[in-house]
Amino acid sequence: MAASGLDLERARAEAREIIARYPQPRSALLPMLHLVQSHEGYVSGEGIALCAEELGLTKAEVGAVATFYTMYRRRPAGTYHVGVCTNTLCAVLGGDEILERVSERLGITHGETTEDGTFSLEHLECNAACDYAPVVMVNWEFYDDQTPESAVDVVDRLAAGQPVAPTRGPRTQCTFKEASRVLAGFPDGRAVEGVQAGPATLAGFALAQSRGDAAPDYPVSEAGDGPQEQEQA
Amino acid sequence: MLTPVLSRGWGDTDSFTLEGYRRHRGYEALARARAMDPDALIALVKESGLRGRGGAGFPTGMKWGFIPQGTEGQAAKPHYLVVNADESEPGTCKDTPLMMANPHVLVEGVVIACHAIRASHAFIYIRGEELHVLRRLQHAVQEAVDASLVGDLRIVVHAGSGAYICGEETALLDSLEGYRGQPRLRPPFPATHGLYASPTVVNNVESIASVPSIVLGGAAWFGSMGTEKSKGYTLYSLSGHVKRPGQYEAPLGITLRQLLDLSGGMRDGSELKFWTPGGSSTPILTAEHLDVPLDYEGVAGAGSMLGTKALQCFDQTTSVVRAVLRWTEFYAHESCGKCTPCREGTYWMVQILKRLEAGQGTEEDIATLLDTCDNIFGRSFCALGDGATSPIVSAVQHFRDEFLAGTHTPAWELFPYRASARWGGALAGAQA
Ligand SMILES: Cc1cc2nc3c(=O)[nH]c(=O)nc-3n(C[C@H](O)[C@H](O)[C@H](O)COP(=O)(O)O)c2cc1C
Ligand code: SF4
Ligand code: FES
Repeated sequence: MAASGLDLERARAEAREIIARYPQPRSALLPMLHLVQSHEGYVSGEGIALCAEELGLTKAEVGAVATFYTMYRRRPAGTYHVGVCTNTLCAVLGGDEILERVSERLGITHGETTEDGTFSLEHLECNAACDYAPVVMVNWEFYDDQTPESAVDVVDRLAAGQPVAPTRGPRTQCTFKEASRVLAGFPDGRAVEGVQAGPATLAGFALAQSRGDAAPDYPVSEAGDGPQEQEQA
Repeated sequence: MLTPVLSRGWGDTDSFTLEGYRRHRGYEALARARAMDPDALIALVKESGLRGRGGAGFPTGMKWGFIPQGTEGQAAKPHYLVVNADESEPGTCKDTPLMMANPHVLVEGVVIACHAIRASHAFIYIRGEELHVLRRLQHAVQEAVDASLVGDLRIVVHAGSGAYICGEETALLDSLEGYRGQPRLRPPFPATHGLYASPTVVNNVESIASVPSIVLGGAAWFGSMGTEKSKGYTLYSLSGHVKRPGQYEAPLGITLRQLLDLSGGMRDGSELKFWTPGGSSTPILTAEHLDVPLDYEGVAGAGSMLGTKALQCFDQTTSVVRAVLRWTEFYAHESCGKCTPCREGTYWMVQILKRLEAGQGTEEDIATLLDTCDNIFGRSFCALGDGATSPIVSAVQHFRDEFLAGTHTPAWELFPYRASARWGGALAGAQA
């Protein structure tokens, strides 16, 4: 591993870009910590110092914020940070078993990183995808409706350097650092990739269509702003 | 029976783009709202009866009306709109698919709401753990800016960093100001002293996304759906041991029985055992409550809360002790530590529930569990503490025998866990 991934000059310029988005500079702190992770893979001492300097805070103040939030890592995350949801609904539907199997496969447990730095593993709280349970996340991309076999297959293919696509996400899996950059507010241009919605998202919509159910039509406006265009079915 | 409004355009593969949204009359409401006086807009939202979809059901128009207007004192400070897109309440999964499939309806709602409350700066605080939703939001805001739809308004999409408590509106504001996300003492309320101690409206994603339809349809149209005090349509999220989990948009007041009948019911071989009407912080209900109208009053009448309309359905294979332990571990993990009853109480409840799960509890443990809940409920600094007691108290009420069994038999022997999984035991073969 390189001694440090922090290109200070560049990071500082980006940090200032973030600060400029907010009415008050300190609001930039959380995205700046994501920015640090996009350079370092974790919240490094150097990164904390940079945030403190740019915002006129002490390193202790920055550290106190960083340790409060679970997405900030004190040690480097793997290139692929794997999270298995084990909140009640996913756990009951099989998330516990998935975590066990993935953990076995990678040889690491919750909070650990593989020696080669490829994977880190975590159990997650509810990731707002319960209608796709059990859910696995890799660098915060959705892998819906998983089984132990499908989840192991995902990590196997990532380990082999084969292309892997999240179920609701871009065409290929990004790295932890790339994901952190988007979190810092620097779009990666991949918003238009992938499906607009998964099958569970569309369950009610599709059912309404097949039943011929619809919300009442909007009343035609009295304001006389011309004929309203018809809603397409 | 189903009334897709927000989900209307989701079937189009480009539903998340400006072009896709425009196909379904996207941004027509904005043009109309811009021509309206801000106060008239607030009056319209009040009249519609729209209530907050983030859990508490507070009337949205009234909240907007609390923002001081004028040139004196607090009113003279900048006004802010903050959209709560933290969606972290266990079971809750409606804002996430909404923003992924159609972020523009939220952006349009934001611009309209800012016109009403006279805000020139809006923030969308989205939990960080859903990257593609964040991308879609960033993209939609950029598209709207490029198409000159947002005017002078500045919209910042702000990614959170993992903390359920940041969904609580005052903790969210602290977090957005760059601090640890811990709840603030109220009063003063955000309406006068919110973000940067300035007048601030905090609204849930679905609340704001409902506004364009109200502007286009009017209050009477909105009120033609729903019930007397719970007007309009809403997203119900069905999950668990059901045949077709997902998002179902229907008038407020529909029942779980109706939703299950419509959607194909429980998976084969399954019988409903218990369910949450609106996430893990709402007391669990049972098959006895299948006909409770899912509106604010109906669910309250059954001793629970409508919450986020996260209908997590568990069947007869599920150990209620296991389920409650896992939720309690969540609250213990997410307790921000600011007040003692919640911080200490949730820790001890986890210890007790672990014993009960392992079949090593005592009857006294059950009493202690309920006592601890008593000490947390109403004595905590914020609603997270109250929420932590909900699953426990309601589960003991409905399933005391299962907790008693926890004094001699492990939950995993009574309810082999594998049978609950999607691929589990008897049900696996039955599954389509
Ligand atoms: C612990 C806790 C977590 C919450 N999480 C959320 C959330 O993720 N999203 C949300 O909209 N409201 C959440 N709320 C409710 C908010 O405090 C607030 O009531 C809501 O955002 C107001 O919006 P509404 O009036 O449009 O519903 C939470 C409340 C508590 C106590
Ligand atoms: S109730 Fe819990 S989450 Fe809320 S302030 Fe107290 S410790 Fe923090
Ligand atoms: S419980 Fe796993 S996504 Fe909600």
